[in-house]
Amino acid sequence: MNKTLEQKKEVTILFAGDSGDGIQLTGNQFSDTTALFGNDVRTFPDFPAEIRAPQGTVAGVSGFQLQFGSSDLYSPGDKADVLVVMNSAALKANLHNLKSSGIVIANSAGFDKKNLKLSGYGDENPLHTISEKEFRIHEIDITKLTRTALVDSGLGTKEVDRSKNMFVLGFLYWMYNRSLATTESFIKSKFKTKKHLIDANIKVLKAGYHFGDTSETFTSRYDVKPADLPKGNYRSIMGNQATALGLVAASQKSGLELLYASYPITPASDILHELAKHKNFGVKTFQAEDEIAAACAAVGASFAGNLAITASSGPGIALKGETIGLSVILELPLVIINVQRGGPSTGLPTKTEQSDLLQALYGRNGEAQTVVIAAKSPSDCFDKAYQACKIAVEHMTPVMLLTDGYMANGSEPWAFPKSADLPEIINHKTDKINSDKGYLPYLRDENLVRSWAVPGTKDLQHRVGGLEKDFLTGNVSYDPDNHEKMVKVRAAKIAKISDFIAEIELEAGTIDADVLVLGWGSTFGAIKTAVKDLSEEGYKVAHAHLTFINPMPRNLGAMLKSFKKVLIPELNDAQMVHVIRSKYLIDAIPFNKIKGLPFSIEEIKAKILETLPS
Amino acid sequence: MTVNSNKLSAKDYATDLDVRWCPGCGDYSILKQVQTVLADEGVVKEDVVFVSGIGCSSRFPYYMDTYGIHSIHGRAPAIVSGMKIANPDLSIWMITGDGDALSIGGNHLIHLLRRNFDINVLLFNNEIYGLTKGQYSPTSPKGKVTKSTPMGSIDHPFNPLALCMGADATYIARTMDRDPKHMREILNSANGHKGTSMVEIYQNCNVFNDGAFEDFTDKKRKAETTLYLENGKPLVFGENQNKGIKLDGFKPIVVDLDSTSVDELWIHDESDKIKATILIGFFSDPSDLDFLPRPFGVFYQKDRFIYEEALINQVAEVTKRKGKGDLDSLLAGSNAWTI
Repeated sequence: MNKTLEQKKEVTILFAGDSGDGIQLTGNQFSDTTALFGNDVRTFPDFPAEIRAPQGTVAGVSGFQLQFGSSDLYSPGDKADVLVVMNSAALKANLHNLKSSGIVIANSAGFDKKNLKLSGYGDENPLHTISEKEFRIHEIDITKLTRTALVDSGLGTKEVDRSKNMFVLGFLYWMYNRSLATTESFIKSKFKTKKHLIDANIKVLKAGYHFGDTSETFTSRYDVKPADLPKGNYRSIMGNQATALGLVAASQKSGLELLYASYPITPASDILHELAKHKNFGVKTFQAEDEIAAACAAVGASFAGNLAITASSGPGIALKGETIGLSVILELPLVIINVQRGGPSTGLPTKTEQSDLLQALYGRNGEAQTVVIAAKSPSDCFDKAYQACKIAVEHMTPVMLLTDGYMANGSEPWAFPKSADLPEIINHKTDKINSDKGYLPYLRDENLVRSWAVPGTKDLQHRVGGLEKDFLTGNVSYDPDNHEKMVKVRAAKIAKISDFIAEIELEAGTIDADVLVLGWGSTFGAIKTAVKDLSEEGYKVAHAHLTFINPMPRNLGAMLKSFKKVLIPELNDAQMVHVIRSKYLIDAIPFNKIKGLPFSIEEIKAKILETLPS
Repeated sequence: MTVNSNKLSAKDYATDLDVRWCPGCGDYSILKQVQTVLADEGVVKEDVVFVSGIGCSSRFPYYMDTYGIHSIHGRAPAIVSGMKIANPDLSIWMITGDGDALSIGGNHLIHLLRRNFDINVLLFNNEIYGLTKGQYSPTSPKGKVTKSTPMGSIDHPFNPLALCMGADATYIARTMDRDPKHMREILNSANGHKGTSMVEIYQNCNVFNDGAFEDFTDKKRKAETTLYLENGKPLVFGENQNKGIKLDGFKPIVVDLDSTSVDELWIHDESDKIKATILIGFFSDPSDLDFLPRPFGVFYQKDRFIYEEALINQVAEVTKRKGKGDLDSLLAGSNAWTI
């Protein structure tokens, strides 16, 4: 039969189902395929903390939202155009995230009596009561169709049912006219020698695709043309993966062996998983007995001359605090990555938040400044991880890199660099006695940076420690003036790094705008899109985004003071506002969300409009 | 670790800093023996690192003209682990105390031992917190009256070496500050062991816990209260070497050599884990009815793969299989496209 082809500029799809339904895999596969096709793509996985939460319940629903389009995108979209639900709980949890007149694709087998009861709908099947005016509902018995496709496969029902996400995927590939090739090769590499599973999954994938073709229910297909992205070589990348690659790249470029020490914690563990795969780059991973040990192992490795990294999320960073203080006073290179999640305490392990900013800046005893930098998107994690290593090594200091659950698990196309184009990383290793009094470990260069004499280097034996040390010899010193001098010089060394970082520039808008939206971290996409939309509507709005939080860019104060109003959206209870107000005496306007979820573009727009002069 | 051909003396391993332990502290004796052992073995100074945590003993690195870190409380085992991974060629000595290793750092200690990094651990046990001026420690006996336990401690103490055995340590020994010759032998032997060598050193704190080990150091009594272990030799002790230990099943009993032949005695075998476990259990007080003499020497020694070697082997194996990593192809991944 004839099917119409409808043009779309961008589409947001939300996949939802039980946490065992393979929703994350489905979402990632669709993203990879459509990215490879040439669309711009942004993703937002959202899943419960439980590995297999009670089946069929709203609490157990796992979601994966993605937006793809034929123009530049910066966020995974606000509300979805298409909501794919594997059961009634998934519908209940997500219907409010669907645009009006959006499409629901529902696995009707997930709306049986048992599921309806578990999800709290009771006896009434919502698919039959939702107004057709409001949403377009398509019921497909995905479970049955999958079973039919695999009737001769010899697989058990459980295994058969596990591949129903491939049916969904195949169907959506039909709907958006995408090739099956990426997913086919993914299936082959995932199941390797298990040919029966490869065959079964590909068969169901194709069954889904053909179902779209032959079913009379569906009359429309959609066409989303490739985006006009800047020229370059692209790949799809997730934030944690980008962080890991940034670390490997820094190790390779600096010539320093990489030691990554960490303790499993959500959502940081994927960095460890990724790095553990790359031992042929000389990467050494160490899963320590606890967070403190991970940080300490990194300090030990740094003293011995490695590029040493530790990572965690909020509660783990709290445990590492004392060790970070040690690296501050030792003045050794150390990169600490905090993939932030909802807090306090255990908080919301799988949800995103930006509430560890003040912890990063101040969460240690004594005057213990570290460099603090924040990545803004999945692919930016690569650049910032690389830069964190570069600063740590070149300035002999701990550097805290803040990412968060949103960018860590989200993905986007990445115009990856050539290794030859990455900036050089120069270390301060020495084999020379630096004074006529012998080797002085705390003698500084013009940037207040000390040298790095590693064990094994002849005649440079020296002792360092957590006690306050003499300005030059590093020997223990209780001298009052020396202590104050050391506190000041350690701070001045960090402040001096602002000479080595770029000035902040406006992402959008001009200096005469009525309001500047100052963001940091993963709020980038939502702010960028909101400001772009409002500018197109004629509003005078500007956007600047902070990467360097300590030290801040040298021109930041002047820039902020040139605007009448500064609005700071953050996923916390106004932490950056607190910093900006105290540092620059600017009455910045807070805009906060603390729901474990990213900002929507609409939320930011509404707040900007409220802030603008009427 | 390389060996120096220009022979250095013990003094060459000392820094010019004034040693600041209390006069009469047992730590002086340990410092001297460690310097002597390094000189004896001709260890190259720049290849040595002393790492400590917090406590009186943890000032030790400042007095060694080697590399060193005086780190934070309890964390030295984790620091040496990372350091050994970074550079397996270093000779790393970890200096710790009963509070540092067994209380705040207990978790790290057991994991260091099970991983079996090639490191020497010297645990200065003085059964007291000295640096914080006299609180009871995890090795203080029950009933110990200290500043924090004016009515006597109600904590049951650790038997440190039993804990180490439980963590599958591959080298376990005990010595004491008052017996420098024995200490030197043990330090030499510990340094020779490939793996984590755990040496507990009974160390007298003459300010806050003077005489804690007097039962084993008092000239008049020590022959009856101590048992010096020698591999392959029968367990004999006593004023005239007239007593021995015999095993009755798994039960050790003290016998008089006037009535029992030496041939019937327990022969010390460092490789026998079951016997070592029984020996480590010789932990009673001389006033106890079932008192057994406190053993000194090497209880147990076993060869087991060391962590850093296993890690390096994995890196080498993967590199051999996949080839040396190419950064550009890593960045490109397997699904790249060009616009």
